[in-house]
Amino acid sequence: MSISDTTTTGGPLHLAVALDGAGWHPAAWRDPAAHPRGLFTARYWTDLARTAERGLLDLLTIEDAFGLQSGDHLSGADRRTDRVQGRLDASLVAAFLAPTTSRIGLVPTVTTTHTEPFHVASALSTLDHDSHGRAGWRVQTSVRADEAAHFGRRSVPGLRRADLDTPAARELVAELFGEAADAVEVVRRLWDSWEDDAEIRDALTGRFVDRDKLHRVDFAGEHFGVAGPSIVPRPPQGQPLVVSLAHGYDPALLAARVGDVVFTTPHDADDAVRIVAQVRAAEAAAGRTAPPLRILGDVVVVLADTERAARERLARLDALDPLSSDAAVLATTPAALADTLLSWRRAGLDGYRLRPAVLPTDLDAIVDGLVPELQARGAFRTAYGETTLRARFGLPRPASRYAAGADAAVVPTPTGATA
Amino acid sequence: MSRKQIVLGAYFPGVNHDTVWNDPASGSHIDWESFEHWARTAERGRLDLLFLVEGLRLRTRGGEVFDQDVVGRPDTFTVLAALAAVAEHIGLAGTINSTFNEPYELARKFATLDLLSGGRAAWNVVTSSDAPTGENFRRGAFLGHHQRYERAGETLAAVRALWDSWGSDAVVADPTSGTFLRDGHVGDFAVSGNQFDIAGRFTTPRSPQGHPVVLQAGESPAGRDFAAASADAIFSRYQRFDEARAFYDDVKARVRRAGRDPDEVRILPSAGVVLGDTAVEARERHEHIHDQQVDPWTSIVLAEMVWNRDLSAYDPDGPLPDVEPTPEAPKWIEGRAPLTQDAHATVAAWRELAQAHGYSLRDTVKHVFDRAVFVGTPEHVADEIDRYVQNDASDGFILGSHISPSGLDEVVDRVVPILQERGVFRTDYTPGATLRENLGLAHPSRFGERRAAVAS
Repeated sequence: MSISDTTTTGGPLHLAVALDGAGWHPAAWRDPAAHPRGLFTARYWTDLARTAERGLLDLLTIEDAFGLQSGDHLSGADRRTDRVQGRLDASLVAAFLAPTTSRIGLVPTVTTTHTEPFHVASALSTLDHDSHGRAGWRVQTSVRADEAAHFGRRSVPGLRRADLDTPAARELVAELFGEAADAVEVVRRLWDSWEDDAEIRDALTGRFVDRDKLHRVDFAGEHFGVAGPSIVPRPPQGQPLVVSLAHGYDPALLAARVGDVVFTTPHDADDAVRIVAQVRAAEAAAGRTAPPLRILGDVVVVLADTERAARERLARLDALDPLSSDAAVLATTPAALADTLLSWRRAGLDGYRLRPAVLPTDLDAIVDGLVPELQARGAFRTAYGETTLRARFGLPRPASRYAAGADAAVVPTPTGATA
Repeated sequence: MSRKQIVLGAYFPGVNHDTVWNDPASGSHIDWESFEHWARTAERGRLDLLFLVEGLRLRTRGGEVFDQDVVGRPDTFTVLAALAAVAEHIGLAGTINSTFNEPYELARKFATLDLLSGGRAAWNVVTSSDAPTGENFRRGAFLGHHQRYERAGETLAAVRALWDSWGSDAVVADPTSGTFLRDGHVGDFAVSGNQFDIAGRFTTPRSPQGHPVVLQAGESPAGRDFAAASADAIFSRYQRFDEARAFYDDVKARVRRAGRDPDEVRILPSAGVVLGDTAVEARERHEHIHDQQVDPWTSIVLAEMVWNRDLSAYDPDGPLPDVEPTPEAPKWIEGRAPLTQDAHATVAAWRELAQAHGYSLRDTVKHVFDRAVFVGTPEHVADEIDRYVQNDASDGFILGSHISPSGLDEVVDRVVPILQERGVFRTDYTPGATLRENLGLAHPSRFGERRAAVAS
């Protein structure tokens, strides 16, 4: 590919990085450059976030779950002792990173299945306040039976990968997604429940707030009801960025109903075309009136100075513990990766979420190799512009739905729900 | 004989009437910069811990959002985790409700905070019986008084079981042998009781303190026993010397009866400080601040909390309301801890006080709610703090201010140096010390085992 044909798609390229443990390869922690004893320390996460910010990346995501890691994310912990096990709470890691970074978006994973939407709304709103408008939420459901047993409030039968297409499995997934849609709706309502100018500090009348600008949200759903208003004043972005991962039509439909950004997993250029069409179809089916979903492709990256060295790195890691991935695995040079990303992008992708196979090695290569490569082609920013995460994606700051004259179409709302 | 070392903490001025938001010096109660300023000041003063209160609903009066005091708070966990990044040594304590949080999440969040902060997390365990707060949560209802304490006790036990489920040597992370975890049962737990029946594997490694420091407030005899049996530090609202020492003696005796070493528990009253260059100036300043805190309208609202009814028709400068309290009625003011267990007795005492001194309604309320314990020159305040601690009326204080976030500055700049000169307060932090170490508390290997060892 030549430089001239890299700008066929309009709009800035978005690049996110997905942080998880020692990296996305199960043997990452055994790489000589990894820091497996640092995974549960502040220093480890600060170093990664600062590197990502040095690379001018749009945002970083932090994986999370209520159960220990497992080779199969649907089943319970597998009791393997030869892989990274254990996690920190992602929303608190993001909170810690807020004052240690200044421009990068901070997007923790927070599940909707066992958490309280009121707590989620407060935590992410506060993250947005503390980061001056850089907070996002990666919405995730929990289908695992062992995670439900950690809470003891409900029983989830669990799923095996082979049974994913059975009616029972589809019903369970539909229930969890329905609950997730409700959770996002409640959280967005809570973010709106304080109008922007509710704090008046009117010494003359002795009123700190104008209570007419605080609103109950009065949500009543199948799994929970929340009265509101929020305890936290409206955050700087109005609503932090809502993102989710979609492997197929149903999760794409969830994203279309409630999200701002969707992560997808294209395996080649044709697959990217198919996925973009699927997302747009889901948006039409959901009757989405908000700005179109920003679609990022997820890829696992293994980078080196030559193609051969990259493939050998991957082979060495696979020999220790083979990688099985939902997303494409690209073992290549930064220049060739840039070619691939720009080529797939023509399908209508807005950018990518890169999953480094090994941390910090592949994040360093993204920042010091891929980013300059893309910049040289005029395809990536050379400085941060917009200060809020929402603005970086070209999304307007929503008005509170409860404010007079608010435009409800600026953000998505679940089909059928009252706003 | 060496003198007792004083424990000092600071709480962030919040939604209660003692925060004077309309003072020109008052800043934001939400913006990150306020918390950062406050934390940096406290750390400059070498204080032991910062303390944040939690909010789970807005306060209402007669069913309407209360608009006269500061309204709104940020999320406690989120602010504490962010503060861990800008303050290197100070303890990070959060009030977190055991009624509207699940043990698995609580254990994860506090273990994470402890790991990110290098061993500085503390949990103030509280309960709630507030039905309207329940309206914000999927539990969907509230728990009766007895169940609340049962749940609090079971929550604390479950959280400690989860903290104990990873050994401190569980993570091997040896790339050569390919061993990440020491064995396949790391994190296994099973806890069942009346409130919880949970089992599985915990996700988060053992944190630097083993168990983050546990704080509680004990008021009723049952509450005092619960705190004495299970807390590392106990908040007290008893501020006058005699009542503070009575509380101290009572709780330390309960700690001993619970089979623990009384020296394992720190007792920390909250305290307001008002400074002046002279005693007269300090008293004048205190009077001015207190006038702002208990303005005429606030005096009515504080009386309403006792009477549990609308008193807006009464004159703050007139006599106490001639109606009786209605404690059995639906709560007139929701979202604030009750001021009294026995409204009739409290009203009777207030009437007696007003009669004896010729007080108006507002005078009475001002007298009752005078929270400024230490008023005077920096030397006098340092003397007093030291007197309380050396005479076992407290182990230290949690300091508040009527101004956020800068109200702590003058205490740190003017009082702390005097305590340091006297050798009763640290002049620097011990590098890498945990909050538990700073408070002089033992490091738990397993909570149950430690208690058994003390008892035997």
